[in-house]
Amino acid sequence: MGEAIVVTSGKGGVGKTTTTANIGTALALQGKKVCLVDTDIGLRNLDVVMGLENRIIYDLVDVCEGRCRLNQALVKDKRFDELYMLPAAQTKDKTSVTPEQVKDIVLELKKEYEYILIDCPAGIEHGFRNAIAGADKAIVVTTPEHAAVRDADRIIGLLEQSHVDSPKLVVNRIRPGLVKAGDMLDIEDILQVLNIDLIGIVPDDELVIKAANNGEPTVMNPDSSAAIAYRNIARRILGDAVPLMQLDRKTGAFQKFKKFFGMG
Amino acid sequence: MTVKSNLIRIKGIKDGLVFLLDDKCAFEELLSELRYKLEHSHQNILTGPIVHVDVKLGSRLVTEEQKNAVLDILKGQGNLLIRTVEALEEPETVDKSPFSLMGGMVRSGQVLHHEGDLLFMGDINPGGTITCSGDIYILGALRGMAHAGVGGNQEAIIAASLLAPTQLRIADVISRPPDEWEKRESSMEFAYLTEGAMQIDKIHNIVKMRQGLNVFKGV
Repeated sequence: MGEAIVVTSGKGGVGKTTTTANIGTALALQGKKVCLVDTDIGLRNLDVVMGLENRIIYDLVDVCEGRCRLNQALVKDKRFDELYMLPAAQTKDKTSVTPEQVKDIVLELKKEYEYILIDCPAGIEHGFRNAIAGADKAIVVTTPEHAAVRDADRIIGLLEQSHVDSPKLVVNRIRPGLVKAGDMLDIEDILQVLNIDLIGIVPDDELVIKAANNGEPTVMNPDSSAAIAYRNIARRILGDAVPLMQLDRKTGAFQKFKKFFGMG
Repeated sequence: MTVKSNLIRIKGIKDGLVFLLDDKCAFEELLSELRYKLEHSHQNILTGPIVHVDVKLGSRLVTEEQKNAVLDILKGQGNLLIRTVEALEEPETVDKSPFSLMGGMVRSGQVLHHEGDLLFMGDINPGGTITCSGDIYILGALRGMAHAGVGGNQEAIIAASLLAPTQLRIADVISRPPDEWEKRESSMEFAYLTEGAMQIDKIHNIVKMRQGLNVFKGV
């Protein structure tokens, strides 16, 4: 039985889809059997970031409405044999599927795959409930901005009320220079407010944008600092104790992070 | 003054009398009729040997004072021995209830409401709300909104280990903390009202405004 992890954030544009694509690809790099599920019906992006847009034949809504079997809708990745994606429909909206239907699909996928990563739409409405319905765990993505942290807090509250187990935090798009100058929220500040376990920090990296536009997850490029960060997150999901990336931070903060992963 | 209404009914039972007091009329009317009946109209019945009396106030909300006023009138008749008094308790017990303890996190979008005083161990995050009819004491960080004295209690206070709220409300007074609050060192502080204006002070100064408080003066 596999594990279903929903990637969510509340706020839009913080990097849910990028995170899903990269962690998924990183897990596949580690030899795991992975399926990515896009639940952002009507605004699907995961296929674009993965570079699989032109291979889509059926989608999530087709499966729910019985127009095809689940296996027919799955798109195989062009790089990895063990990486698949279930795309969202682009022509419908979030209400065309119910949380129960998504849950059934995820349960079905869990029989076949070791990890199912669910890309959640922004917001806290129907789409969010669809996305978390089948999830066992959650990764909350935020960026070092007040607005994103506020929304992440809201999402964590909603997750805590749901069946999903203790969510883990990814702080995305950190710019060490800005943090150092005091112009960007410190990771420690964010952790103090959100009060959940950190599973990774991802530095802001222009290569991510370039890679996404090429339909190639950044994680494939070992020169990118973000790629290393995503690979580290994947290893932590697999249970490895990987120290956090050093981002020119004070030792005090770093020691604290080490403790999160049982190294302090 | 003559009272001819029937606000007070006196029933005889096996071993005494039951006074059934109307629970809809004004309380003063009730008292005056009671006095009238005892001293004038029913004087004959009510003098003589000692009689046990049960008083039933119905579903009227009475304070301790009001209850005593009724009992005093009855006690004025030397032969009436009050056995039981049935009345609804005043709901002020809610406000004066002992502390409730709670813990956890109030996250953005969540609302914690409590009747009475609350000691909350944990954080109130930005976008989160904690409201109480009484005082709010937070062992943790208050970064969201706190509203004490919901319902109009101007005596209520808000105290927090880290008082960095987005907004404070006591009774119907709303205060938006000035920016400099953020930079103050985080010792426990509390917010209260003086003449309708919000004030902030260190927690040990609470003894200045809470006269009834058990003050520790050293040993």
